Amino acid sequence: MDTLSQRKREMLRILFFASLRERLHCNEQQLALSTDIRTVADVKSCLAGKGGVFAEIFSGTVRVMSAVNQQMVKDEEPVSDGDEVAFFPPVTGG
Amino acid sequence: MASVLDEFKQGHGDSGAVVSFTGLVRTSGEATTIEAMTLEHYPGMTEKSLAAIEQQARTRWELNEVRIIHRIGRLAAGENIVLVATASAHRQAAFEAAQFIMDHLKTEAPFWKKEHTSRGDHWVEGRQSDHDAKSRW
Repeated sequence: MDTLSQRKREMLRILFFASLRERLHCNEQQLALSTDIRTVADVKSCLAGKGGVFAEIFSGTVRVMSAVNQQMVKDEEPVSDGDEVAFFPPVTGG
Repeated sequence: MASVLDEFKQGHGDSGAVVSFTGLVRTSGEATTIEAMTLEHYPGMTEKSLAAIEQQARTRWELNEVRIIHRIGRLAAGENIVLVATASAHRQAAFEAAQFIMDHLKTEAPFWKKEHTSRGDHWVEGRQSDHDAKSRW
C-alpha cells in the first residue's frame, strides 16, 4: 500500500464573519495544511497570497481578529489538522 | 428583566443587592435615524465567550447569581440588545461585576452590529474607549 497517496490531506476549516465575510463574498472555506502553514500568521499570509480583496484584508493594514477552535488567539497561535480558524473584525456586541 | 429579578429573589436569600444593565438599539445616531440593527454572532464561540466572562466575574467577586442575555438577529430601534444582571450579598460586588462583565463582553464576545439607517446600512466600528475600559480591570 502506498502510504503517501493513502494519507488524508490535513485541512483547516476557515470561517469569515461580518464585514470580512461581505467583502470576501465568502463565509467558509477549506485550506489544506502544508509545511509552510504552522500558525495563524501563516494562514493570514496564505490568504493574502490570493490577491484582490483577500490581499487587502490579510496583508496587515486592516485590523483582523482571529480565533482557533472558538477561542480568541494571537497570530503566533499554532494550527493543526481539523482546526476551525475564524477571522473577523473587532467585535461590537453589547 | 422582571422574570430575571424574580428568579434572583427566589434563589439566594442572602442577596441584598441586585444590579442590572440593559443595552438598547439607539433610535438615532450621528445625523441619521436608526431604523433597525442586525446582530451577527459566531455560533459556538459566542456561548463559550459569555460563559468564560461569567466565570471570570464569579472568580473575582462573590456573586450569588449572574445572568447574561444577548439577543441576535434583526432588532428594531428601541429594542433591548443585552441584559447583564448580578446578585450578591452587598452592592459593591454586584456593581463592579456587572461593569466588568459589560467591559469584557464589549471587547471579547463575538457579536457584530450592523445599523440600518435612513442613510443606508453600515457596520458599527469598535471603540477605543471600550478597550480602555477593559484595561482598567
